[in-house]
Amino acid sequence: MSLNKKMQIAKTFKLFIGGDFPRTESGRSFPVYRFKSKDIYANLCLASRKDLRNAITAAQGAQSGWQNRSAYNRGQILYRMAEMMEGKRSEFVDTMSDTLGYTSAKANTEVDKAIDSFIYFAGFTDKYQQLVGTVNPVSGPHHNFTSCEAVGVVGLIAAKKFSLSDLVSQIAAIIASGNTVVVLMQTEGAATISPLAEVMATSDLPKGVVNLLTGQAEELYTHFGSHMEVHSLSYQDTDKKILGEIQTLGVENMKRIIKPINDLKSLDHILNYVEYKTVWHPIGN
Amino acid sequence: MRTISIQKENGNPLVISAPFVDEVGANERADSFTKRSIKKDSKLSALYLAISMCDLTTLEGADTPGKVQQMCAKARYPVPPDLISEYLNKKNLSSIPSVAAVCVYPSMVPVAVKALQGTNIGIASVSTAFPSGQAPLEIKVEDTRFAVEKGATEIDMVINRGAFLSGRYQQVFDEIVEIKKVCGDAHLKVILETGELGSYDRVRLGSEIAMEAGADFIKTSTGKVTPAATLPVTLVMLQAIADHYRRTGKKIGMKPAGGIRTAKQAIHYLCMVNETLGSDWLTPDLFRFGASALLNDLLRQIYKEVTGRYYYDKAFSID
Repeated sequence: MSLNKKMQIAKTFKLFIGGDFPRTESGRSFPVYRFKSKDIYANLCLASRKDLRNAITAAQGAQSGWQNRSAYNRGQILYRMAEMMEGKRSEFVDTMSDTLGYTSAKANTEVDKAIDSFIYFAGFTDKYQQLVGTVNPVSGPHHNFTSCEAVGVVGLIAAKKFSLSDLVSQIAAIIASGNTVVVLMQTEGAATISPLAEVMATSDLPKGVVNLLTGQAEELYTHFGSHMEVHSLSYQDTDKKILGEIQTLGVENMKRIIKPINDLKSLDHILNYVEYKTVWHPIGN
Repeated sequence: MRTISIQKENGNPLVISAPFVDEVGANERADSFTKRSIKKDSKLSALYLAISMCDLTTLEGADTPGKVQQMCAKARYPVPPDLISEYLNKKNLSSIPSVAAVCVYPSMVPVAVKALQGTNIGIASVSTAFPSGQAPLEIKVEDTRFAVEKGATEIDMVINRGAFLSGRYQQVFDEIVEIKKVCGDAHLKVILETGELGSYDRVRLGSEIAMEAGADFIKTSTGKVTPAATLPVTLVMLQAIADHYRRTGKKIGMKPAGGIRTAKQAIHYLCMVNETLGSDWLTPDLFRFGASALLNDLLRQIYKEVTGRYYYDKAFSID
């Protein structure tokens, strides 16, 4: 090779767990091909049960710290994620064009929408409480008010049909209120895990708040469903059998199962992942 | 080979020799124990064994009788109440063992004695001005006498590291001998506090002195100093025990303490004991874990092994 010729440095695609970029402990991988070809674009980690467990442990460890950050600070960080995504725009566009066959215009629109989502939910972090919190009229000398708080660790099984902007909306809506999330990206579009994880890693987002896995829902859904530290599970795919089973498994810890959401950029989307707390406070005379 | 001369109480000289330790070799060898694949039934037996080897420990300034009582209840029945029914329904799970002992400060021994009446669970008391050991010998002896009189069946003493590091090995030796006398029937565990000794050579020498002076167990750490128990340090001590056994036929026990938090780590230790001393040592009489957080992880992993799912942390008591 001539010294003048630039050597191609291919990126190693790894998982994103607890702020680190580990390979799957199982050592397994699956190929992602260039669009409509047999050319391998990259080999991605096929996440195993133990990777999922590690991710949940990381999410669990990060949860109270994230929730206890000021809402304003969570908003700043979400906004920062939008900034970082803007900076990595070309990488997102290239990855989607190469593996999904998007035109440049379509890929750019997807990135635009994803960035918009980050900013949309960044704005909501310190406002949604005011919109849905209530002071309830009660009979007796009490203040009675209802406010919401994060449910805890949320599992997100992304749809098989990949959409970057949908995925980002889902992640942003989950973490906006103080939840942490373990995301399973299924095979289509999974190559975007690389720039997406780098956005998370460079946005002052505390380690473990967002954890990204690539793999197969068929293999991991029972573990998502049965793990007692997953407090809510968002299943954005359409397999009725899997949905039924995770609903059954989730009964044990009263896991809230969130079915595919239509209106992704909405206050309601945040409210899927909060619990309501009502407090009675005596007023005295 | 490092050789030192000690005078025994009866005036006879005693030569204690400790080989130098190949530090890189010890680290590598210790690392190899983390590569064993222990699965399914073998894993389950290892987890059970590890529970039976736990010295459930609380050594805080904030210890109260209530906390010790709570810990003793857990020592008897480690499984959390809301899981008992589920555990009992599963094959092989009805007999999760009690832990080997509880480990407390001397002032808490009477509380533990009362709470553990009618069980075989040992009551270990730290003594000799734990954790620093910086007190006159008379006070250390009194400290120990108090614990034994109140019913401690095991004494965890600390060596005088100040004396050891300044080369006063005779003093270290004599103190252990004195404490051993006060112990009576109580087992004596000698804590080297390896994190303060600085090198594997000194750990090896400390182990030899402790065993010659009458220790029934040697123990790595107080848990108050970092690093506490590590695999290589424990390996060095296990090798000292193996050599001592070959020389004298006496089986000395081993207790790594501090920093062992996960079931996986515990299994690494068990592999190491098995491959260094043999299966004779895989009993609570000769091997213990000084730990508090470890027990919860063992229970969690047993639950996982049997049911295939992960339980939530809040089901297990914090202490």
